[in-house]
Amino acid sequence: MGNAEARLEVLTRINRAVAGVQAPALPAYPQCERLEREAMLRQFQDRIEDYRASFQRVAQTEVAGAVALALAGAERVVVPAGLNPAFLPTGLHELHDDPPLSHAGLDRAEAVVTGCAVAISETGTIILDHGVDQGRRALTLIPDLHICVIRAEQIVQSVLDGVQRMEGSVGAGRPLTWISGGSATSDIELVRVEGVHGPRRLCVVVLD
Amino acid sequence: MSGLHPPKPFPEAARDKVSQPQLRANLRKVTHTIREKRLRAVGEVPHWEELRVLGEATKDATLANLSDRLLQLEASVKARGGQVHWARDAAEARELVARIAESHGVDELIKVKSITSDEIELNAGLAERGIHAIETDLAELIVQLSHDTPSHILVPAIHRNRAEIQALFNRELPGEGNLSDAPAELAGAARRYLRHKFLTTKMAVSGVNFAVAETGTVCVVESEGNGRMCLTLPEVLVSVMGIEKVLERWEDLAVFMELLPRSSTAERMNPYTSFWSGVTPGDGPQEFHLILLDNGRTDVLADATGRQTLRCIRCSACLNVCPVYERTGGHAYGSVYPGPIGAILTPQLLGMADKNANTLPGASSLCGACFDACPVRINIPQVLIYLRGEANEEKGVTAEALAMGAVGYAMSSGWRFEGALKLARAGQGPLVRGGEITALPGLLGGWTQSRDLKAVPPQSFREWWRQREGADG
Ligand code: SF4
Repeated sequence: MGNAEARLEVLTRINRAVAGVQAPALPAYPQCERLEREAMLRQFQDRIEDYRASFQRVAQTEVAGAVALALAGAERVVVPAGLNPAFLPTGLHELHDDPPLSHAGLDRAEAVVTGCAVAISETGTIILDHGVDQGRRALTLIPDLHICVIRAEQIVQSVLDGVQRMEGSVGAGRPLTWISGGSATSDIELVRVEGVHGPRRLCVVVLD
Repeated sequence: MSGLHPPKPFPEAARDKVSQPQLRANLRKVTHTIREKRLRAVGEVPHWEELRVLGEATKDATLANLSDRLLQLEASVKARGGQVHWARDAAEARELVARIAESHGVDELIKVKSITSDEIELNAGLAERGIHAIETDLAELIVQLSHDTPSHILVPAIHRNRAEIQALFNRELPGEGNLSDAPAELAGAARRYLRHKFLTTKMAVSGVNFAVAETGTVCVVESEGNGRMCLTLPEVLVSVMGIEKVLERWEDLAVFMELLPRSSTAERMNPYTSFWSGVTPGDGPQEFHLILLDNGRTDVLADATGRQTLRCIRCSACLNVCPVYERTGGHAYGSVYPGPIGAILTPQLLGMADKNANTLPGASSLCGACFDACPVRINIPQVLIYLRGEANEEKGVTAEALAMGAVGYAMSSGWRFEGALKLARAGQGPLVRGGEITALPGLLGGWTQSRDLKAVPPQSFREWWRQREGADG
């Protein structure tokens, strides 16, 4: 269908349209006042709770207990290969993605427990780059409950900080998923309904 | 679905709409709610104005070197195992999607909400080839099941209330039949219906919010998770993007991920954003096609005044603050792009010779609220006035053309906006009776017959706007 022709024509039109137009210089990125570590963690907690996701902050030794609490009895739990086994309570029916679980298999799982790549306090955003402790994208998409364990030092303050931290992952071609609260819609008379298609519940465990 | 092409001149279409009280009540509630939430979300960011200036400059810089950016994007998507196609117009873009579907023997595909695909009338084009496209955004599903068209960029079904949706789902969704009108229950029914489709459908089509030339990364911003489902689970993914959506560097995304959610849904951040670069082995679709669409955009780019329209990130903030949109609703604009952005984008994409589209620049009271709200500082009133001049040129010179021409000139020569509007007030003098404009020459005449319009006020816009809000709300 002459795609080469279409390509040439669009490019030619563009060049004609902007001939002589100069790109403006970019002003500096405006920066917020920097928060102390503790204030940043409180801000992150505030944002997560504002999204009506659950939040727990625990010491290293208490993670498995916090995860057990978040699981609230769910048993069939997807576990990415690289997740620290010490994060998991005993007695779970663990589902491993090796060989890859089918969509139907994931649909039967009740929950997934993962780490994350970075989190942003100003917006309460968790960024997955689908590394070994997070698994491929479908793992955090199909099960209804997502429990995300975040090390405190993975939390940065601003969106720009988060984007800069992800430069390496993106440069390496990895997909990213940004999560800010659980799935939600306001399409019917603007009434917020939690949980449409993604995991309907998000639990965040921050470990100091 | 008429895609871009308004079936009627705006004053005629608006007259039909302003006489529907239910529609006006729905619209009023929605626009006011989002508007107030948005002010809070924006007020939380102390350097919002600097972010807007940065957003504006970032877009302008990309547009100034657009062909280089697109070539760079093409190369980086291909290097990551994706395929890139170019479409001069809507028909070429539809053909590309249909051929990809046919090459996989697909007769049903799932879609993420995308105005660009509505612009090219993709669903109808696919249906002609025997391919059924299922909308997966809840509001788009409501619109699709009721054979309706979207009326808002962000909440496409805001003209429908829960009782209508209840009746629709009970009738149309397999296995339902006695749903209540509770939004949670209605959303639950959509979840059940779509779940099966997500897990089993082989091909998906999406739009694109941003694409990064440097890394070949494509981005889709959403709330429900239907986007993630479509972008992750099928084997084949086709994304259609207007050529203006490209950005240069990965870092350029940051400013838009700050500007878009707060301007759009008035949230600090939307629930889900997906980024992918070509194909990731073992994760997500193993075949990815990116379609780069012109469809009139290069004509907009060629116009020194109109070019800024291409900065638009489709946040819908300008719709929610527009007094004309609030009274007429999206359908009156007759195009997939409603509200203030639609009033400038549609006629430019179609060309000012389009007799219906060229009435759209009249769909404004020039109050300036859209410019104040726009996160990328598109001077919508300036473009409106400029386009009114162009439309009048098509019709021959009138008194209004002369007045509007003078305002357009004043604005383009760098006067302060307020200064230019003094001229507009002078121009409208003879029409104002007791602070209301009761008749407008030409473009808005038909519309003001059914709804009196506040005159361009003697005080500053922001002041006037606040007063108007107080008096009206
Ligand atoms: S014109 Fe500005 S305010 Fe309107 S939708 Fe586009 S970016 Fe948003």
